Amino acid sequence: MTSVADIKADAENTRRWGWWYVAELRLREMRGYVSYVVTSSFANPLMYLLALGIGLANLIPEGIDGVPFLVFVAPALLMSTILTVGAEEGMYPVLSGFKWHKIFFAIHSTPITPGQIVGGFLVHLTIRFTFTAGVFFGFLILFGAVPFASGWVMIPISILGAFSILTPLGAFAARLEDDTGQFALIQRLVVMPMFLFSGTFFPLSRVPDWLEWVGWASPLWHATQLGRTVSYGATEPIWLSVTHLAVLVGYALIGGHFMHRAFATRLTR
Amino acid sequence: MSTPVIRAENIVKKYDDFVAVDGISFDVARGESFGLLGPNGAGKSTTMKMIAAVSTRTSGNLEVLGMDPNTDGPAIRSQLGVVPQEDNLDQELRVRENLITYGRFFGMSHAAVAKRADELLEFAQLTDRAKSKVEPLSGGMKRRLTIARSLMNDPQMLLLDEPTTGLDPQARHILWDRLFRLKEQGTTLVLTTHYMDEAEQLSDRIVVVDKGAIMAEGSPAQLIRQYSSKEVLEVRYGSDKNESVSKSIADVGERQEILPDRILIYSDNGERDLAEITKRGHHPTTSLVRRSSLEDVFLRLTGRSLVE
Repeated sequence: MTSVADIKADAENTRRWGWWYVAELRLREMRGYVSYVVTSSFANPLMYLLALGIGLANLIPEGIDGVPFLVFVAPALLMSTILTVGAEEGMYPVLSGFKWHKIFFAIHSTPITPGQIVGGFLVHLTIRFTFTAGVFFGFLILFGAVPFASGWVMIPISILGAFSILTPLGAFAARLEDDTGQFALIQRLVVMPMFLFSGTFFPLSRVPDWLEWVGWASPLWHATQLGRTVSYGATEPIWLSVTHLAVLVGYALIGGHFMHRAFATRLTR
Repeated sequence: MSTPVIRAENIVKKYDDFVAVDGISFDVARGESFGLLGPNGAGKSTTMKMIAAVSTRTSGNLEVLGMDPNTDGPAIRSQLGVVPQEDNLDQELRVRENLITYGRFFGMSHAAVAKRADELLEFAQLTDRAKSKVEPLSGGMKRRLTIARSLMNDPQMLLLDEPTTGLDPQARHILWDRLFRLKEQGTTLVLTTHYMDEAEQLSDRIVVVDKGAIMAEGSPAQLIRQYSSKEVLEVRYGSDKNESVSKSIADVGERQEILPDRILIYSDNGERDLAEITKRGHHPTTSLVRRSSLEDVFLRLTGRSLVE
């Protein structure tokens, strides 16, 4: 008979690597829809850049912020693409794991803890976002939309931005008993306005004063501004750049804390 | 008796004002096959979740393999196999992949999970479906896959929550056969069921649970001896006549239960009592003499049927 001490010692291995086993599962699941991930990762930037680089940019020959329009808008396109994927991943896949496929309950019947489930979920998404953002970045280089070598820093910024919206939504989705239109509302009243009013296609300063708060509250604006700084060297006070970073980290960490709590509550009730 | 693998003392689980489990106590010995029998909503699944270290108890003492599920959840779960009431197989993975990924959660190496998965596919008679998706499998196959998955870590104890609910008779018998083999190999089985035949087939010892509390405890034979008679005579006169006929035959048998569709007469000799009733001029539409079952025990203890 195995002693209690031996059992606890054996469980240590899973305690260390549990998050990776969950990520491994998610990566294996992704094989089922890898063609969608790859196709959308290539098609999205291509469509955006063709439409804006060849289309809209011609209407604004003077550019914005001292750079061609394509260079101005490129960081915003990368950020909005990855943040949108982040928002999607924080909703249905989370609720599905509890309600429809119940896979989180299956995982939790093993030594894996709720924290490791959340951790593995986020690690898998880091890998996925890195791929999608990397492909997007490659297209930006091809189209000459990123003038500086430091532009690659946009990739980790976009991943942080994705988590800043994903974790609060994940916390919400993990507490939801059923989707009776909440996710559609979030798409229309949160994600879409964020895309439209976060200084994506024009500087936030051009937005009417009474709408400017949307940008300040939006992770997309903060991620985009940081992206513009590292991409073409947009100038802004250092305190503002620090604020952008702090807001994104704050959303991601606070959201992550509540997401973990929501998972733990639902899995142990 | 060796140290119990489960020791529950007065465990309680409350959800706000609702008391799902109301102070139940029992021990389970190593290698024993232990059943929690009761109707839906009796608190069986909640008890099972507390044992499985996935639901924290409100009060009472609970030890599983010498550890406290509230504080040593991962260590306890590393030694358990769990078959939940509802299948939660990964629909996005193939049959064999379900076993492989699950085994990894126990820290098993890639080589070890591959070997174990093939052995268990054989055990669950699913080798030819290894590469199939989960969705097209029949209900019985899904249950067998869930049981195979629960055995990936070679558990000390297997927890089965309503293992055959929703399956056709043939699928149930195949599943019982697999579980019986595990029992023969010495695996501790803890199962919940509201099927008396399942409890009788698989359990050495049973607790009858109702409304979150234990009503009786013992082996199936002991419970039947204690709470029922050797035989049961079932007679039917039509739903509008059962009540009136019962008054004229009230002295027949040891005890009677008048149900909406039939009268149950508990007796040590059903055929003799049927002859007596017929002699009195009460010819039933249909009659049946059978041996007592756990269903009768439950009816006696609670005044209600197990499957309602």
